Amino acid sequence: MGGSLNLNHLLFLLQGAGWTVVLSVLALVGGGILGFAVALCRVSASRAVRLVSGGYVQLIQGTPLLVIMFLTYFGLPAIGFRISPLAAAGASLTIYVGAYLGEIWRGAIQSVPRPQWEAAEGLALSRTQRMTRVILPQAVRIATPPTVGFFVQIIKNTSLASVVGFVELARSGQIINNSLFEPFLIYSIIAVIYFVLCYPLSRLSRRLERRAGQGRGQTLAPA
Amino acid sequence: MNLNLDFSVVLERWPSLLDGAMVTLQLACIATVAGGAIGILCAIGRRSGPPVVAALCEIYVEGIRNTPLLVQIFLVYFGLASIGLQLSAMTVAALALTINVGAYTTEIVRAGFESINKGQIEAGQGLGLSPAQVYWHVILLPAIERVYPSLTSQFVLLMLASSVTSQISAEELTAVANYIQSDTYRAFETYIVVALIYVVLSLVMRAGFFGIGQLIFPRRRRLGTPL
Repeated sequence: MGGSLNLNHLLFLLQGAGWTVVLSVLALVGGGILGFAVALCRVSASRAVRLVSGGYVQLIQGTPLLVIMFLTYFGLPAIGFRISPLAAAGASLTIYVGAYLGEIWRGAIQSVPRPQWEAAEGLALSRTQRMTRVILPQAVRIATPPTVGFFVQIIKNTSLASVVGFVELARSGQIINNSLFEPFLIYSIIAVIYFVLCYPLSRLSRRLERRAGQGRGQTLAPA
Repeated sequence: MNLNLDFSVVLERWPSLLDGAMVTLQLACIATVAGGAIGILCAIGRRSGPPVVAALCEIYVEGIRNTPLLVQIFLVYFGLASIGLQLSAMTVAALALTINVGAYTTEIVRAGFESINKGQIEAGQGLGLSPAQVYWHVILLPAIERVYPSLTSQFVLLMLASSVTSQISAEELTAVANYIQSDTYRAFETYIVVALIYVVLSLVMRAGFFGIGQLIFPRRRRLGTPL
């Protein structure tokens, strides 16, 4: 107990913020790879693949991230897998982000106008060529604004890694609070740091959205 | 690896799981109704309020949307305590969730407002409707009907997010799960069962919102198409 907020505490918080960024990027990369696979499975020609990937998305989107965190961190050791807080948080976020990004990107792929699919087929492109040369380049443009927006959700959701003992921003705040006991002040500082991390990305997402809207409006105007 | 799963010790606790699920639904309902009302009011404030009100609403929305729910819950919990208000964990949880979902609702309803064609409003005025009637019949109701699907997904996400209130020991489903797993040492089975209960709860909520939508939007029911 004792002391007041000093520079060391702030440095500790900034270090926590650094881990929040690391975990967010890990979740974006891991979840991105998984989400990309899920998105492709969701538009697959095979009914079974579509059903299984759809079931995965429904299951994860119906479960709180917190419960997934508890399941990996407390559940896996209980059946014999040792797992570190970073691995548990990273794995949970990857599973979670994969389902949401998969759904966002499926929407992007499917909103590439139908004639583009038909034209690619008419040019005798193979299924892979059609995806990589025609559909995906256009889907990426549609998907960018919501993906940036979802990255804000990822940053906020990494705060839940604090419950499995991973020392990111929220957890480092709890640790400092345990010695200073000034919860309102400390959580306000933490909220401000999260805001500084998230707000520019929110703005960027909105700007991209507006620009994409304009671009699409122009290309679709003659039709 | 020696997998030996035993779900029976968890399923034996079904009465407390059921209680927890009910508390979760209760929190979700309170926050949906109260947060929905706040959201609609703030969206109106941002659209038609004086500049000060519009700015305040925007600060509220951006502040909430760019910080984690966990931190908001702690801020409400300790903030109220520091001004001498000792409320129960349940009240704090409901309050924090309401504040949170209110901001998201504002943003969604605002998008609905922006989708209303100017010509519709002019047509309403041309038909001699009073400003209040135009706001109600031409702007608010059609806007909400249009964004109803996004609103309901947001409310389902809110129900899932209410699990975070277990961190201030509100006795909802996740808190019950934590208690059961520390009691039975069956963490894996407990959280699997609880995850499935959440899946069921979100399906129930989706079905409920679909039914409510059919009831309150007769036009959609008749034509079967979105606006």
